[in-house]
Amino acid sequence: MIKEDTLRKVLYIDLSKKKFWIEDRLELFSQFIGGTGVAIKLLHENCPDNIDPFSPENPIIFAIGPLNGLFPIASKTVAMFKSPHTGNLGESHAGGRSAIAIRMAGYGAIVIKGKSERPCYLAIHGDKIYFRDATTLWGLDEGVSSGSLIRKQETGAGLRTIMRIGPAGEKMITYACVTLETYRHFGRLGLGAVFGSKNLKAVVISGKRDLKVTDFKTYKEIYGELLSQLAQSDKMKKYHELGTPANIMPLSFSKGIPIKNLLTNELIGIENISGESFAEKHLGRRVACSHCPVACIHLAALRKPYEDEPYFYRTVYLSYDYELIYALGTMLGITSSEGVLKLIETVEDMGLDAISTGVTLAWLTEAFEKGIIKEKMTEGLIPQWGNVESYIELIKKIIYGESELFKDIGKGIEYVSSKYGGKDFALTYGKNEMPGYHTGYGAHIGYLFGTRHSHLDGAGYAIDKEAMIKSFNEKEIAEKLINEELWRQIISSLVICFFGREIYTPEMVLKCLKLAGYELDEDRLNEIGKEIYVNKYRFKIRCGFDLDNLQLPKRIFEINSGTGILDQEFAQKIINKLKEKIKSLL
Amino acid sequence: MPVFVKDSNKCVGCLICMFACGRAHLAVGLESSCIKVRSQGGISRGFSVFVCRGCEDPPCARACPEDALIVRKGGGVLLKEDRCTGCGSCVKACILDAIGWNNSKNKPVICIQCGECAKSCHYKVLEHKRL
Repeated sequence: MIKEDTLRKVLYIDLSKKKFWIEDRLELFSQFIGGTGVAIKLLHENCPDNIDPFSPENPIIFAIGPLNGLFPIASKTVAMFKSPHTGNLGESHAGGRSAIAIRMAGYGAIVIKGKSERPCYLAIHGDKIYFRDATTLWGLDEGVSSGSLIRKQETGAGLRTIMRIGPAGEKMITYACVTLETYRHFGRLGLGAVFGSKNLKAVVISGKRDLKVTDFKTYKEIYGELLSQLAQSDKMKKYHELGTPANIMPLSFSKGIPIKNLLTNELIGIENISGESFAEKHLGRRVACSHCPVACIHLAALRKPYEDEPYFYRTVYLSYDYELIYALGTMLGITSSEGVLKLIETVEDMGLDAISTGVTLAWLTEAFEKGIIKEKMTEGLIPQWGNVESYIELIKKIIYGESELFKDIGKGIEYVSSKYGGKDFALTYGKNEMPGYHTGYGAHIGYLFGTRHSHLDGAGYAIDKEAMIKSFNEKEIAEKLINEELWRQIISSLVICFFGREIYTPEMVLKCLKLAGYELDEDRLNEIGKEIYVNKYRFKIRCGFDLDNLQLPKRIFEINSGTGILDQEFAQKIINKLKEKIKSLL
Repeated sequence: MPVFVKDSNKCVGCLICMFACGRAHLAVGLESSCIKVRSQGGISRGFSVFVCRGCEDPPCARACPEDALIVRKGGGVLLKEDRCTGCGSCVKACILDAIGWNNSKNKPVICIQCGECAKSCHYKVLEHKRL
């Protein structure tokens, strides 16, 4: 890397002692690039063995990479922590203004440790770090947002990120998210709860600086090439226009979208919650993350009347995506776009991960139908497919409910189904709730073995899409999954948004890295990807994760997927191959 | 007025124009950018873009006590950096808020009317007219 680059600086913050210091970690960024690669090393260094994820010792790590601030669509920040949801690797990525703000503030990574005595928020303005009192911001409910209050207090308008938690984070629901810039999230695996356990309400980061490249002329040329590819390429069109919800209808036709906890393949009226419907009825504005011209963030305008006041309305803007329409729509049997938006609003107000919340409610509904969960356990609320109002109340109960069940439900499906029964239809993978693709072996086995149990680890749904026209054997599926995940370690170390992955080919990545002062070749890059992957798996294993103790939910074999009924024996063959492969790497 | 804001309602807040402005000043990053993009009190309300409109009788130049801003023919100003003391009077004089500030140099960043910002905008928020 370029010697003068401030990327090498790691900011450490101790919330217990209200102290901060900066360490020069040139070797770390030279060897592991940035983002995921650096974050996992910092997690190994800073997270002691056998700690409770809610202990003050659990570090929160944010890391960015050399391409942030230099090239377009390098717009993501990687967060790492020990996950309170799974008990092992917590990794979540978010955009918004975060990556550029951290870069402009002059850091490559930020490590937050300890626990504040009382609620606080951190303001990081370049090299000035402030521990601010957040007592007044704690416990804020709907109506006043902590974001808008902090916005008023702090400088750096336009370039800053404001990461904050909602009630779910404060109450340490294990799938609480961290929200940034109102519409982006570190969604999965419970970073919000770790914030809450530290009495940390928010982190504001801002700064402004110029960076260096090795050759300005070539830099300008490559920048121009990337920008025109991002604007004209068909590869980006899907994110520009309807956005990710464009997949609702195609996946509905192929039976790849999960419906009602995978009890059925049919959802009459699903066209009402398609990407096309949302765009036509609600799309109010499109916005972007810093340094990304794609503007994939689709905001729906939802007009809501006041029941008690005629001719009085409020209009709220809510961001929607495929995964939200799945988790808070099809999974719950909801076929009105207004209904989905109302649930999105509640999830945003509470600060929960939308996927885990929706899938948990779907499990609850089926468990209720089967008599495993009874009315007296739900404080009189009845979970029922398609019943938006009841789901709104249930979401609030996850945070504010008094009954034992609600306290348990805040720990996720794995926990409740172990305690109350209903494991056969518990859609979890390594304790994490299922993403929105019932497309085939690639998706399901990808969730199970991906280092963060996410659809984004190995993009198994893309393998399943290919498998619709061409059949693969177990070895091919296992290899495709792992190779994709290995390459994604590089992409998320730079840190480029996965939406730009088709434009950032290995060749392009090497060119860009050269301008950032990295002299690497493709072999070395692949080596680094492998090392990062191994470091992540080793962290999981350190936390007690057992590769041999992983199981696919029984339910997925009972209903047609995007590639037909799945065969348990064949799935086991892929799993064996994959385990063999992972063990050989470790 | 070489660059003007055609429709700020179309602005998605991507900051690509700010980075383009930096490159036009031979820099990488945001410190050397004279454009500002701000949300209108929360992202859901959209964005405002602040870019120099190249006034023919520019108040920034009139406000400069050191005559460091030279009025260009056809609008806009040129910064004579050696004369500038970094007093910030030009920034205060610009009601468009279209003058940037480079903290490390402690000097203003002045639009050079190159149109790179408009060229890089995917959404045609900015338009460049060569005079």
